[in-house]
Amino acid sequence: MAGIWVYAESADGTAAPVVLELLTKARHLGETTAIALGPGASKAAAALGKYGAKTVYVHEDPAFRDVLASPAVDLLAGLIENEHPDLVLFGMTYDGRDVGSRLSARLGAALIANATDVARDGDGFKVVNPVFGGSVLVTTVPKSTAPALVLMRPKAITAEPEPSAGEPQVKKLSDPVDTSKPAARVLRREKEKAQGPKLEDASIIISGGRGLGAPENFKMLDELAGELGAAVGASRAVVDAGWKPYAFQIGQTGKTVKPSVYIAVGISGAMQHTVGMKGAKTIIAINKDPDAPIFKLADLGVIGDVHKVVPQLIQEVRSRKGK
Amino acid sequence: MNVVVCVKQIPDPNTPGKLDPQTKRLVREGVDLVLDPGDEHAVEAGLQLVEKDAGDVVVVSMGPPKALEAIRRALAMGANRGVLVTDAGLENSDALSTARALAAAIKEQKFDLVICGTESTDGSSGAVPAQLAELLGLPLLSFAKKLEVNDGKAVIDRQTDDGFDVVEAPLPAVVTVTGGINEARYPALRGIMQAKNKEVKQLGISELGLDGQAGKSALTQEVVEVVPAEARKAGEVIEDKGEGAKRIADFLQQIKVI
Repeated sequence: MAGIWVYAESADGTAAPVVLELLTKARHLGETTAIALGPGASKAAAALGKYGAKTVYVHEDPAFRDVLASPAVDLLAGLIENEHPDLVLFGMTYDGRDVGSRLSARLGAALIANATDVARDGDGFKVVNPVFGGSVLVTTVPKSTAPALVLMRPKAITAEPEPSAGEPQVKKLSDPVDTSKPAARVLRREKEKAQGPKLEDASIIISGGRGLGAPENFKMLDELAGELGAAVGASRAVVDAGWKPYAFQIGQTGKTVKPSVYIAVGISGAMQHTVGMKGAKTIIAINKDPDAPIFKLADLGVIGDVHKVVPQLIQEVRSRKGK
Repeated sequence: MNVVVCVKQIPDPNTPGKLDPQTKRLVREGVDLVLDPGDEHAVEAGLQLVEKDAGDVVVVSMGPPKALEAIRRALAMGANRGVLVTDAGLENSDALSTARALAAAIKEQKFDLVICGTESTDGSSGAVPAQLAELLGLPLLSFAKKLEVNDGKAVIDRQTDDGFDVVEAPLPAVVTVTGGINEARYPALRGIMQAKNKEVKQLGISELGLDGQAGKSALTQEVVEVVPAEARKAGEVIEDKGEGAKRIADFLQQIKVI
């Protein structure tokens, strides 16, 4: 039995959070193998084992870090053709999507993107993915002879360590990496600074959209966030307009978040946004348009002018915290 | 500098989409169809490159005959020619079939760069550009929020979770662009008139040598169920008459956030 494989994206030996989610799902579907590539990959093996990987393939070549997709696709294609896993899971991340998609074309394999759940279905699998902003769930059955490749949305599964996990068997690979082909190479990496808690980890998120009117009005969201210990997010519209860096974007493209409280300020609630935040436990919306779709999701909606309501809310929060 | 831009016609994203529970397919009847707004940025990026240098922008799409309208829109923006891959046998194509059809049509063009949106606004799988790059045997520069072409190389700022990476590839290459890369131009009346006379070639599966490789006969997956997701219970919506902020603060206190 070749089991379930997980493409274990990791940076400097730390597995990406989505990888632990994938392993949690994978180990319930079958014997789990993780593939970790790039410098430091071996260091990630212990954590991958804790979340359910029985076997971890590692290859430490720097090409996996410095060249987009192709080296990983070459390696995975070879491994898959030799070992025939039943299913390969990827995170729906920048790199996961590139690698999984290229690999599907190489192998003629079914590729199902945006998945939120996978289950066994007889000899095969069935995969659920939400469409139209999460209002409709589609179930798809892969039919290819090659193993199905599934791209899972981050935060669709809650990562849980396996209680009885043992040490994984680590298999070091050292096949030479072909770097002669034309390829996309990373020249340098730039980090854009964000303050406060990370969006993915924040329990409270205050998110701003076009309804704020101008980029400088994000200041009042920063202020409110400071009072509540919240992180600040943004809709695609304002990121595309250049008001906020992409790191703030929540939605289909951008981050998926599941905070306990999500406060949407001047966000209409387009499907592309709601798919990334409708998992929030509580949603509060402020918008001047009574027909804004966000009100259909909100536990509390206030139809009003964000430029009045938000400053008043900051005062209210301050005075109540003072008591 | 010759550029191919891939585009898709989709239901107007401003009106909610519907799936037919019987056929399990997108309802296209009675829905306004538009050029995917994400693709407008790809067309714009192509036009800007060609304006700096000589060359053509060729728009390639796969879809029903009606998808010609989306190609016309791109031509009205300024693209030079169009290719529409259309064939009854391509109905219900999955991403890989779509990529094979587009790749076959693109191979017939002279190009230095293929530009796509990062993903379609309706399907959102984002798989086609990478599949296309693989089928064409080319590097993929994905998620570009900035694109420059110099000395036979393309360099992009590639979005990441906490900033961006500067990534370089030799031409020819495939690039996907985000909405943030540019402000797409609006077609002028003159452009719309000129677009009517621009060449759009229509190709079927057999002409592209794709019999058995694309469409119904080559499906790698099947949709077996389409159901409405459990809706969130709608809460209370109030109109702010001066006490909106107080109500929110009450609510935050009630759920013990403050």
